[in-house]
Formats: sequence, C-alpha cells, structure tokens
Amino acid sequence: MSEVLKKFTKTVPHWRPRVTPVRLEDASAAQLEALQVTPSNTKVSEYVLVLAHDVETLKVRSPLFNAVMYDAAGLNRADRELGAIGASMVNRCIYCAAMHATRHIQASKSDEVVDAIFARGADADLAPRERAIFDFARHLSDAPPRADAEDVQNLREAGLDDAEILDLILSTALFGWANRLMHVLGDPVRRG
Amino acid sequence: MTNTAFALSGAANAAPPLVAALEMRANILDLTQQAEDAVLRPDDPGGWSHAQRAAMAARIARLNDDTALADHYGGAVDAAPMADPGWQGEDKRTRAALRFMDAMARDPRDMEAGDIARLLQAGIDDADIVRLSELNAFLAYQLRLVAGLRLLTGAL
Repeated sequence: MSEVLKKFTKTVPHWRPRVTPVRLEDASAAQLEALQVTPSNTKVSEYVLVLAHDVETLKVRSPLFNAVMYDAAGLNRADRELGAIGASMVNRCIYCAAMHATRHIQASKSDEVVDAIFARGADADLAPRERAIFDFARHLSDAPPRADAEDVQNLREAGLDDAEILDLILSTALFGWANRLMHVLGDPVRRG
Repeated sequence: MTNTAFALSGAANAAPPLVAALEMRANILDLTQQAEDAVLRPDDPGGWSHAQRAAMAARIARLNDDTALADHYGGAVDAAPMADPGWQGEDKRTRAALRFMDAMARDPRDMEAGDIARLLQAGIDDADIVRLSELNAFLAYQLRLVAGLRLLTGAL
C-alpha cells in the first residue's frame, strides 16, 4: 500500500480515488463528450473520471476553472495561485497545495514564497503584498468565512485594485470547491 | 438569467470600478450561475431530488452563517427539515448523507477515507457520493464568492 501523504510538499503526488471512477468503456455519450475523449485522445485522469459521475457539473466546471485561473488581465498568475494555495492549506488538500505551489513557482520564478508558507504557515515571513493576499485567502477559506474589511484594506494598501481583488476572491473561492473534491474523494500518495 | 452572487452581494449598486471589474468577469459569473443550475437542478438528479438538493444547499449556507443564501435556496425549515442543521435525518441513508455534508461544509480538512466508506455502507453509490460532493463543494465556492463580493460592495 502506498503511503498517504500528510504534509505539504512541492512534489505533486499521485491522487488515488476513494470511489470507483467511471470506466471509459462504460461511459455514456454525454460523459465522453464532457471528458473530451476522442480516438486520438483517450488519456483521462482518474480524478476527472471520478467527476464524470456528475457529468452536468463537470461540463461547467472545466471552463469555469480555466477562466478563473487563466483569463487575461486583472490579478497576475502568481497571485491567483497564492490564493489557491492559501485555500488549499486551510482545507489541508495536500494534492492541490502541491500542484498550485508548482504553478506559483513557475509563474513567480521563485520558490521563496512557497518555501516560507509551507514551513511556517500563517507565521511565514512575507513581503506586504504576499502577506495581504495569503491572509485574505486563508480568512475567506475558513468555515464560516471570516475575511473582513481590514483584510480588504490590507489588500488595497498593498496596491491591489478592485479587479485584482475580485480575481483573488474568485481563485480563493474556487479552491474551496476544488479542495473539497480532491481532499475528500481521494488520497494523495507518493508517486512510483 | 438572475445571478445569485450578484443579487445577494449588492453588486448591482456597486461603485464604477467594481462594476467594471465585474463586467470584465461576466463570463465567470455566467458560468457560476450555470454551475448552480447543474448542482441544484440537474436534468439527471440521480439519488438526490431537486427539493433535497435545495434543502441541503440551505443547510450548508446556514452552517456558514449565511442567512441570505439560505433564504435564496428556500428550504424553509418547516417544509424541509433537512434544511435545519439541527435535524440529523431519520433513516440510515439520510443520516449518513447529512453527516457527510455537515463535515464537508464545516471541517473538510479533517475528513478521511472513513467518511466515504460510511456512505458506501449506508447504500449510497459512487455516483450519488460524487453528486453530494459537487453540491457541497459548489456551495463552498458560491458562499465565499458572495462573502468576498459583499466585502467589496460594503454590503455587510
């Protein structure tokens, strides 16, 4: 049995489902369409095959995720990823945190922020902009959410405008969704 | 199409910079509303009726102290006891489903393999487990989007 990971890591683990994924050979026409399976593309992750059990939601979810994380203008890539990481740490989604740590490192071209927050969490030593973003993301991710006017004021003082704050709300909130699926429906295990 | 996040956050009366920001992300707000339709009112509801889904959505909103969102999902406690977080269900399947939904709404970080195993033992199949999870996870997103927008509009 592979080891289930409990600590945050920059190495993206393998995700092992706790429910049985849809089998491609049993998939309905609607599922195949949502999975975008074609004769030349039959590679679908187990995670997406799990989500294919609810095909109507899966069909909306993919374009929504792409728009929130990658649409042009507004908040820069690295800061959207930092919102995602903040949520993933609150919800303890080891897989999501690793995946978006990797993307943050790519976008910011530095390991510095990820290393600091994985090592010390809320007590990490961060520059004012990262501090404001990380705190807002953590507070919005709590249940019930407890982000407040002071958190927003800190974002504004760090230089974020309304469009950037809206994007941060979106990426953070979206990971309230993604974390619950990944963390609850499967286990992160060491690859190999 | 009425947009829930818009309606509940006072965004319709927002200041010009926020209105411009929301216009820039109009596609995302539309997709968010389509997602609400997919989890609350799917063509194929599987083992959870539209009424049960609305009641569970109201329950999740209440567990997160969002009365306006709970009201949006109707779920008047008199009509749908499931909308009341104090009601735990009367049969094994409902009890297992509500225990799962409450944990995911409030303490997702502490959930583990046993939470899924209990649903399977209660006779809830894989597809219905994913349907419950998507409903809950979508609500987690929507209620945080609404909470964040309220902070920006000052509609507290």
